[in-house]
Amino acid sequence: MSSDSLLSIRDVSVRFAGIVALDGVSFDVARGDICGLIGPNGAGKTTLFNCLSRLYTPAAGTIAFEGAPLLGVAAHKIAQLGIGRTFQNLALFRTMTVRQNILVGAHAHTKANFVSDALRLPSVRAEEARLAGEADELIALLDLGGVADVAVDSLTFATKKRVELARALAGKPKLLLLDEPAGGLNHDEVEQLRTLIGAIRDRLKLTVLLVEHHMNLVMRVSDKVVALDFGRKIADGTPCVVQNDPDVIRAYLGTAA
Amino acid sequence: MTVRTEPVMAAALPKAWSAWQATGVVALLVIAVIVPFAVSSFHLLQLTMVVIYAIALLGLNILTGYNGQISLGHGAFYAVGAYTMAILIERAGMPYWSIVPVAGIVCFIVGFLFGLPALRLEGHYLALSTFALAVATPQLLKFHALEKWTGGVQGTFVPGFAAPLGLPLAWDQWLYLFSLGIAAALFFFAWNLLRGSTGIAITAIRDHPIAAKTMGINISLYKLLTFGVSAMYTGIAGALGALVAQFVSPDSFTIFLSLSLLVGAVIGGVASIFGAIFGALFIQFVPNFADQISKAVTWAVYGLFMITFMYLMPNGIAGFLKVIGERLRRRRNS
Repeated sequence: MSSDSLLSIRDVSVRFAGIVALDGVSFDVARGDICGLIGPNGAGKTTLFNCLSRLYTPAAGTIAFEGAPLLGVAAHKIAQLGIGRTFQNLALFRTMTVRQNILVGAHAHTKANFVSDALRLPSVRAEEARLAGEADELIALLDLGGVADVAVDSLTFATKKRVELARALAGKPKLLLLDEPAGGLNHDEVEQLRTLIGAIRDRLKLTVLLVEHHMNLVMRVSDKVVALDFGRKIADGTPCVVQNDPDVIRAYLGTAA
Repeated sequence: MTVRTEPVMAAALPKAWSAWQATGVVALLVIAVIVPFAVSSFHLLQLTMVVIYAIALLGLNILTGYNGQISLGHGAFYAVGAYTMAILIERAGMPYWSIVPVAGIVCFIVGFLFGLPALRLEGHYLALSTFALAVATPQLLKFHALEKWTGGVQGTFVPGFAAPLGLPLAWDQWLYLFSLGIAAALFFFAWNLLRGSTGIAITAIRDHPIAAKTMGINISLYKLLTFGVSAMYTGIAGALGALVAQFVSPDSFTIFLSLSLLVGAVIGGVASIFGAIFGALFIQFVPNFADQISKAVTWAVYGLFMITFMYLMPNGIAGFLKVIGERLRRRRNS
């Protein structure tokens, strides 16, 4: 384990009713890196994300975030620790506006409670002003200015993806989990996304774990790539190494028996 | 082919008021304060009940409309509030005004505790468990061991009082103004709560619980607190309702009350603060009106009204008025 490892996953296994979704997966993500996580459908990528979000509890193995064990932490405390995520199939708050969605993303850093909110104490107003300012910055960063007060339900798919990203960033994560951010985007949008992910990492100084099927994007944006197949890790290294790994090629293209 | 899309009710969460909205609310309050001096005592009684139902419906709306937890049993919390008022006046000799917050706290605790098992239930199952609560309420109130306090099947009387500070008001006039003041405060608190980060969090739970959890919202805690606050509002309404009725008995709090509250919340407009007022007007006046149309088929007429309202205003009266308001604004701007 390298000394600057932000996330370290050790021998993690997940089973669903007899199906092994993850089978002894281990790897590290270094602070400041963009780590791509690839693999065919059903390889266990999203399952791993759900372990990191504490939506699933692995049957075996350990996960450490900044050196501290993660698996004893409740799901709603994960954001506060500094892990933010987006969802593969969009999990926005559909009746709420873009701005409100972003504000929910900042929930882990709010102190207001039922009583202080009901009385609208000065501390609530101050916090609200701070959060509004932060939301404005994210709205500008992700080019959502034109739709900030529109209900997310009426937005295009690509815009919704940006809202999810803004919402995840509102939690000021140290580790950002992106689950297929390029899914459903066209060529130009994928190019913009690539620039955006790099820019976000550099500007906000965070670490990114990226699940993606779009090979061109993963290989160009990642510092390191981990490949899964049927729940097992089959390769781990620089994009160039993983790209040429015979097991990875076999997993994607199949092989003559 | 053109696809007609229903506008998504975006600004479900309240925002700061525009100037004309603020003027409207102030005008409404002024009228509401003048009313007790202008109408008969029978109409005043009805209006007092509108104010009280509005509080109860706001409580239900916070839970069902904003947080997405369906309750078919809010009549039970109304009953607990009403009995708290009756028992503490009769057995503890407490002044009625001091019992209002007590009833609120008692109902908050009851709601919070009821929310604990309800946490495990979602959607239809939650609805059924609250239904069970509503069905059981009258019988629990008749329970022998509690008869000393509750008055059992007979129920118990709640006395009237004089207006405080020597004000030249009859008890019913004072009670109306007292209820109105409490309602104004509770509406103000709810407005603050729902536009604050709490409102955003409880709405997020309704829209997408898993995403809400991932954003750091403690779903169990928020759902329980919402249940508690909701029960508190409805319980305070019940306490005031006991003062108006001057009598509480188990059969005043049947499942029908719970269903009426849900009807009011839906017809008024779920996830809308003002919807509670419209809903209260509906459940107070439409049954009377239906009764005037035909004594023989009162409830059929009531049902017809209900269906008509739902058909014409699928987002409730508040949602309907909002769409009208937006159309007018667009026309003015174009």
